[in-house]
Amino acid sequence: MERINRDFKVNKNFHQAKWDEPIIFELHKNGERGVVAPKADEEIARTVGDGISKIPEGMLRDEAPNLPEISQARVVRHYTRLSQMTLGADVNMEIGQGTCTVKYSPKINERLARLPEMTEIHPLQDESTVQGILEIMHKTDLFLREISGMDRFSFQPSGGSQAIMAMAAIARAYHESRGEGDTRDEIITTIYSHPSDAAAPAVMGYKIIYINPDENGYPDLEAFKAAASERTAAFFIANPEDTGVYNTRVQEFTETMKEVGALSCYDQANANGLLGITRAKEAGFDMSFFNLHKTFSTPHGCGGPATGALGVLDHLVKFLPGPLIDFDGEKYFQNHDIVDSANSIGKVRMFNGVAPVVLKAYSWIMSLGAEGLYEVAKVAVLNNNYMFRKLMELDVVDAQYIRGKQRVEQVRYTIEKLFNDTGITTEDVQRRMMDFGMHYWASHHPYYVAEPMTLEPTESPSKEDIDEYVETLKHIFQEAYENPDLIKSAPHQSTCHQLKEESLDNPAEWAITWRSYLKKTSV
Amino acid sequence: MKLKGFKSHPYIPNSVPDVQNEMLKEIGLADLEELHSEIPEEIKLKKNMDLPKPIVSEYELERHVKEIIKKNKTCEDNINFLGGGCWQHHVPAICDEINSRGEFLTAYGGEPYNDLGRFQALFEYQSLVAELVDMDVVNVPTMDGAQAAATALRMAGRITGRTEVLVPALMDRDKFKIVNNYCKSALKLIEVDYDKKTGQLDLEDLKRKANENTAAVFFENPSFMGFIEEGGQEISDIAHEAGALSVVCVDPSSLGVIKPPSHYGADIVAGELQPLGMHMNYGGGQAGFTATRDEEKFVMEFPSRLFGITSTIENGEYGFGDVAYDRTSFGHHRHEGKEYVGTQTALWGITAGVYLALMGPVGMVELGQTIMQNVQYAIAKIDEIDDVKASAFDSTSFKEFVVDFNKTGRTVEEINGKLMEKGIFGGKDLSKDFPQMGQAALYCVTEIHTKSDIDKLADALKACL
Repeated sequence: MERINRDFKVNKNFHQAKWDEPIIFELHKNGERGVVAPKADEEIARTVGDGISKIPEGMLRDEAPNLPEISQARVVRHYTRLSQMTLGADVNMEIGQGTCTVKYSPKINERLARLPEMTEIHPLQDESTVQGILEIMHKTDLFLREISGMDRFSFQPSGGSQAIMAMAAIARAYHESRGEGDTRDEIITTIYSHPSDAAAPAVMGYKIIYINPDENGYPDLEAFKAAASERTAAFFIANPEDTGVYNTRVQEFTETMKEVGALSCYDQANANGLLGITRAKEAGFDMSFFNLHKTFSTPHGCGGPATGALGVLDHLVKFLPGPLIDFDGEKYFQNHDIVDSANSIGKVRMFNGVAPVVLKAYSWIMSLGAEGLYEVAKVAVLNNNYMFRKLMELDVVDAQYIRGKQRVEQVRYTIEKLFNDTGITTEDVQRRMMDFGMHYWASHHPYYVAEPMTLEPTESPSKEDIDEYVETLKHIFQEAYENPDLIKSAPHQSTCHQLKEESLDNPAEWAITWRSYLKKTSV
Repeated sequence: MKLKGFKSHPYIPNSVPDVQNEMLKEIGLADLEELHSEIPEEIKLKKNMDLPKPIVSEYELERHVKEIIKKNKTCEDNINFLGGGCWQHHVPAICDEINSRGEFLTAYGGEPYNDLGRFQALFEYQSLVAELVDMDVVNVPTMDGAQAAATALRMAGRITGRTEVLVPALMDRDKFKIVNNYCKSALKLIEVDYDKKTGQLDLEDLKRKANENTAAVFFENPSFMGFIEEGGQEISDIAHEAGALSVVCVDPSSLGVIKPPSHYGADIVAGELQPLGMHMNYGGGQAGFTATRDEEKFVMEFPSRLFGITSTIENGEYGFGDVAYDRTSFGHHRHEGKEYVGTQTALWGITAGVYLALMGPVGMVELGQTIMQNVQYAIAKIDEIDDVKASAFDSTSFKEFVVDFNKTGRTVEEINGKLMEKGIFGGKDLSKDFPQMGQAALYCVTEIHTKSDIDKLADALKACL
């Protein structure tokens, strides 16, 4: 037998799983069953009858819902196949989803979160019966205090954006408590912070003011000072911003807010490269939040469940959504005093925290300790700057701002030159990357950087992974000059071919459910 | 002082010193300390953080965490009658199997190509819930049922251009707080009274309060107190006569047997998905859905992502994508998009789809029927106890009901304490949130309760009163 040649840097033989599964409704077969629900005890049935004839007149459903009937094995096969057509972090080297901090999520943490002592507990159980989870929540609060310098955390918000909304609500409650609720109606953010830093405060009724970057990519300090006034309620910013540029003058920003009596709110979605390096408190923030599903690995779950752990300084604790978890030296308990007070914003979520997410974050922190978190930050930044260097060596890649200086957690590159030379857009490259089993993200909209490419290696990939990612990009950039049609028509080796997208924006044609599709396409 | 790192950590491949040195060299640095050069010195930490010593071995970590969480006492080892927004239902093994798949568990914001499975599974979830509520549009799920209700009301506010919503006085107080916080800048919540005997919404009070400022009449079916709100159509009619929308929060586990709100005039339906295949998870299994008719004026007001089906350039191939993406805050309009969108509860959406695919129409009918039989039996058994009234309201319950302990001279707290000694978690104490009801508790019975569970409860109650 001859030696098989594996001497290649780009995996051209990749093909993503493509099962071409039907829609679940197409698997329907009259009479098949997936699972059988428990029946009431015979004696109960004898005593009370069929149960449903007690339903008041006019409220009984006259026809069963039109759900499909499918045998159990086929349901398992269907969803297992769909999972195989999903490029989770377990199956690809996560580098391409910049700003999302997609890192390795340890399996042991998931197993712990799925023990019955976690899954089979009700949120309204007596505190004496849930000491375990309360201890986890309290200790995770203590850890996050140390990591951020904030004085108290609430696990109420179940995502980063909900945490932003809660911070805006706290800003509102804070200013109302000082008799300035009506006059402070503006919130300042930056164009390179997450769109939710603008959108969620707007839901709370705020007028939004955007600060543009200066020539170095820092939020324009002069423009910021000009925008700050007695109308300002708060300032919402990520640091580093989505460009990966760390705002070196952050203290001047938070100081400016103090001078005008407004609050500084830190979106720590990009905190991964800063763990153990620098904290929200020293930078002058009053509030901050961590995405436990990002920085603390819990993982992303296709987009939640998640937690936006929200920390504040002492002077804002009374406004937090609750209950908060306290320890009296003997037992852990839910402190309802704050949430029931007139100051608190009340609640943003039905039950406290997304318990399994908090548990996984706890376990992750415990597996690393302070030294490990420091290593996470150092390696994430090492990986990012290593990749930054490799990519900037390429003729078609550039990155605006602070030339020659380091970036923190990710970099927003531009491949404008590639576009100008070949007509290949960042979206074209994105689709082609899928032919090699890799994610690639451009940017939020609108694009402030031309033909953007936002990459974030985190601490999880190896040097070889990063090299392979860069080699793959190089390969595609070369294709752009030699065979642009191959890229324009990509993907070729993914789960499906290019979408016809027009219908998705046309009310007469869009189909958000199968029944709607059947109606709109019937002949 | 040089801070300490953690070399050769199993989760960090490039924590190996040789590799680090090689990479540092490539970028022209000599030491990891030279990274983070952009962070001002005065705000850099000068020593390692004060955190517990790491637990390096996986085995010891497992022991450590288990030791803590084993302090929890579960609803498997006890008999649980708590509900009130999170309910104990059977979770089919396949729900856990699918949401444990690493591909789903660790995916995030990929594109419709490399994440086709995620898009299809969520499109199917939307489609399956659509059948349950008999409406054409369902969203990718939001944080929980309360958030879904809050968003439904903001949508109604924008659609009608009005500033007030009418809500039932018997609404869960926590849900009220969430909705109020979320809607405050645009909508005022006004409570509508209820009939003291039946708990049903007071239609005369509703008529008095519905006017040209009313954006929506909001009610829950079953109500927070567990009974079926019988006047669905009349309530919707009153809303519509005032030019308002009818917004209904529903328990999806009831929809095999109880009419969906779209059949009695609801314009927007919201609800909590947790009963459909999510463990209670100490309240971590919550996820909210919102549904409407397929009309542009509704669809364009959703803040959530809506995954649609579409064709591809290849004959016979399904594709999926975001419908009207630009209406969201992820689109070009940022804060001028509809509310905000972000990471919510997609994995629970996929799981709810799996649940409905498994249950099918027959399963959902059986589920509803078993629950109602068990509840009626439980009410009858508890009502036999001297001085105890079940249910406090003279209406038909679905899976929850209020037990009135006022005549017993005992507080719910005392009673629940006694029950706990016998391995029973008694119902939610309502005395604080609804003082007008005195010592009353909200009990939840579902398909997981056996006759023996219910009998034990009744016996234990008798014994402790």
